Amino acid sequence: MARGFSPGQPRRGGLARAGRIARRSLLIGSVAVAGGVAFGAWRYTRPLPDPFADDAETVALTPYVVIDAEGITLIAPRADKGQGSRWVQAALIAEELDIDPASARIEAGPVSPAYYNRALLAENLPFLPTDQGWLARNARAASDIPARLLGLQMTGGSSTVPDGFRKLREAGAVARETLKEAAALREGLDRTALGTEDGHVVLPDGRRIPYADLAVEAARIEPVTTIVLRDPAQWRHLGKPMQRGDIVAKSTGTQEFGIDLRLPDMLFATVRAAPEGGQARLIDDGAARAFPGVHSVTAISGGVAVLAQTTWHAFRAADALVLELTGPTDRPADSAAIWDALSRSFEERGHDSRNRNDGDVEAALAAGDGVIEAEYRVPFLAHAPMEPLNATVLVTDSACHIWAGTQIPDFVVTHAARLTGLPQTAIRLENPMIGGSFGRRLELDFILQAIEVAQSVPGRPVKMTWTREEDFAQSRPRPAQIARARGRVGETGIEALDLTIASPSVMSSWFGRVWMNPPGPDISIVAGAWDQPFAIPHFRVTGKRAPDLAPVSSWRSVGASSTGFYLGSFMDEMFESAGIDPFDGLLRACNDDVSRTVIDEARRLCDWRGRQPGPGRGRGVAFCLSFGVPCAEVVEVEDTPQGLRITEAWAVADIGTVLDPVNAEAQLSGGMLFGLGHAMNCQITYADHRPEQQNFYDHDGMRLPQCPRVTTRLLENGPVRGLGEPGLPPAAAALANAIRAATGQRVRQMPFADRIRFA
Amino acid sequence: MELRINGQTRRIEADPDMPLLWALRDVLGLTGTKYGCGAAACGACTVHLDGQAVLACQTLIGDVEGEITTIEGLGTPAAPHPVQAAWIEQQVAQCGYCQSGQIMAAAAILAQNPDPSDDEIDAAMQGNLCRCATYPRIRAAIRSAALRLGAG
Ligand code: FES
Ligand code: FES
Repeated sequence: MARGFSPGQPRRGGLARAGRIARRSLLIGSVAVAGGVAFGAWRYTRPLPDPFADDAETVALTPYVVIDAEGITLIAPRADKGQGSRWVQAALIAEELDIDPASARIEAGPVSPAYYNRALLAENLPFLPTDQGWLARNARAASDIPARLLGLQMTGGSSTVPDGFRKLREAGAVARETLKEAAALREGLDRTALGTEDGHVVLPDGRRIPYADLAVEAARIEPVTTIVLRDPAQWRHLGKPMQRGDIVAKSTGTQEFGIDLRLPDMLFATVRAAPEGGQARLIDDGAARAFPGVHSVTAISGGVAVLAQTTWHAFRAADALVLELTGPTDRPADSAAIWDALSRSFEERGHDSRNRNDGDVEAALAAGDGVIEAEYRVPFLAHAPMEPLNATVLVTDSACHIWAGTQIPDFVVTHAARLTGLPQTAIRLENPMIGGSFGRRLELDFILQAIEVAQSVPGRPVKMTWTREEDFAQSRPRPAQIARARGRVGETGIEALDLTIASPSVMSSWFGRVWMNPPGPDISIVAGAWDQPFAIPHFRVTGKRAPDLAPVSSWRSVGASSTGFYLGSFMDEMFESAGIDPFDGLLRACNDDVSRTVIDEARRLCDWRGRQPGPGRGRGVAFCLSFGVPCAEVVEVEDTPQGLRITEAWAVADIGTVLDPVNAEAQLSGGMLFGLGHAMNCQITYADHRPEQQNFYDHDGMRLPQCPRVTTRLLENGPVRGLGEPGLPPAAAALANAIRAATGQRVRQMPFADRIRFA
Repeated sequence: MELRINGQTRRIEADPDMPLLWALRDVLGLTGTKYGCGAAACGACTVHLDGQAVLACQTLIGDVEGEITTIEGLGTPAAPHPVQAAWIEQQVAQCGYCQSGQIMAAAAILAQNPDPSDDEIDAAMQGNLCRCATYPRIRAAIRSAALRLGAG
């Protein structure tokens, strides 16, 4: 049976019609919809046209709560890539609305600039995340403006929780108070005399009116915007163990992902494409076309697509295409040339950034001997989300309908309009549940390909699915980097530390693909290093932007995925050389109370008794503050006859307020294990401009037998933060430090399995 | 061609060379079984053939003889199999994409060995990749399912 992902089409028509009310001054407002009411955010500016309004002057409401005869629908606008964010967003609204989130429908919502993501931009400002001074605070507040101008509805940087923390609760509270006001008017009572409980307004005499009964009346009155948010101590759902709304479906095979979409008359397709910036030439498609079940072969930008009656028919025929795929001429073709270019960047390239330059590092390192030096290397790594990338598209004369899991819906709409020549209002995008992303769905390539494929069969929907091999071939990996560190340590701790990182720029590579290359330094190269809460007398962090070497992108935790390894490893090397216990050394260097508490708790949690807890066993600790979250991790390894085994791992992070404890624990554990698995086992290498790794048999991350026992602890002392990424950055360094303690060997290059035999 | 799937006989018109995975997903619309690699490297496509875990991406429909059980046939949201119930209780899934395969692999081991050791679990689950690294909860859910099955 064909079934789409249906965010309530009729309701949207109602919104577009009813939303034309000049009420710009309110942030949260309401409008009537067919048979009910919607509460949401008014659009401020119109950097991108509203997809459901055809009039440029229209002010539209972007809903968070819709109440009608169907019940209560909560809109969770940020993409859920598997981290449970859709559920947390719904729970934030539900808590103030006073309903059980499990009783509501949860939808992804339309593409709209009103869902702008302010937290993502705030973290890209050159202020230390721990800096709560007025300048830093004001700059973060001002980042509200560019986020609105850009209209960024974007999921990334663990920004869903900080972004929605106030906004979504306010939407719920406005809806609750307005429903109470509607009941008060009906009953001739004062609103303050009324209460709410579980989706009902409760009258003083105990009678209960379901919200749905009040929806039409609520739509006719001014929304109540003088609201007080609930004291977290009174939360009923947030902060308590909740069952995620998608858990049953994901345990019974009934969760529909984008790849599971089936539409009437749908064709199935796959694509073979050249490396980014390269050329594809079709030499012979005779054998491919000769296979039964093949509908057509069509050229698309930089590649060739096969359309067929099932995905398998398309895959089989694509294997038979004779193609010449060539890489871009302005990039090095293989890994040796890439490492060479990176290495030369230290001399040949100027400074891209130097946000941290405390004291006088040069003078401090020039005075006397005892300077320690080290060079670290990290490889390219692929995202390879478990659900192979796919998109379904239906193009007609007047519209383009896209079903695709994406973290950047706004960019999809603008690019789709450009590609099809249709107005942006004719692009309809649905964002189905995503089977993992790790940053890969910040890219447009697979969606634009699917649109081009669908353009070859107007009026027929096409589901384009990549083979896993194509997913690796089209990697948009984390950048390979080289980092050089110098330092000096005294009896009391680190005196000087100079870290220089050479990296291709994710920002210019990615922005160049989706928008335009922004001016200014690429802070992601040094994120997780320059911004660390360490009071080292002479501390300098320099970013060197290497030339464009490969199409790099944001990979879970972005720059900190690598910088956490350099700093965490090098500080351990320095502590060890001076005979300082690494926990003592970290605590002495750290100048942020929230972070110190995290480090201290990690020491307590693992019952730290030094680097060597027993014969053949070693422990390592590392700390990294990323995306505003301080995180400390300890790893224990054991040398066994089968090889080195990670036996235990501990992680402690401070996320300010734990909204969803069961899921937050999984995020912290998952981030750490993702970091460990890739540090041990994975790399993307290039030959002839193409990744050499082809499938999970040569780039998998971690499998169950290598997974240690994991213990986590979440603290609540800092500002509210998300946890999708911060668990990752300390992991590799904690492991490298543990390996050193157990075996005496210092690994400074990933994958560690090149040098260490793991069990 | 006829296949026995989840207790029903299904007639399909398809090439005998078609892997069972695609017959399930694209011909029969049983999309709970997932494509992850097509190369026996991830386990996302795991189904049961006469109770044994097999990789549907490596099994050609022309070669299938016996009763196929997919995740849809193991249990339902209203009546989950004990392994699924343990998965729900432990909230194993993150993105959830690998979990059909994980559950089918776990159900097959537990059917043969109701009380597997850690090493036996490691060996049996080695082929099932979870990119979200939900392994600690997979282990916990297998333990919990073993108890449920023992109690049942
Ligand atoms: S899809 Fe069959 S093992 Fe990966
Ligand atoms: S839950 Fe995402 S791959 Fe396993």
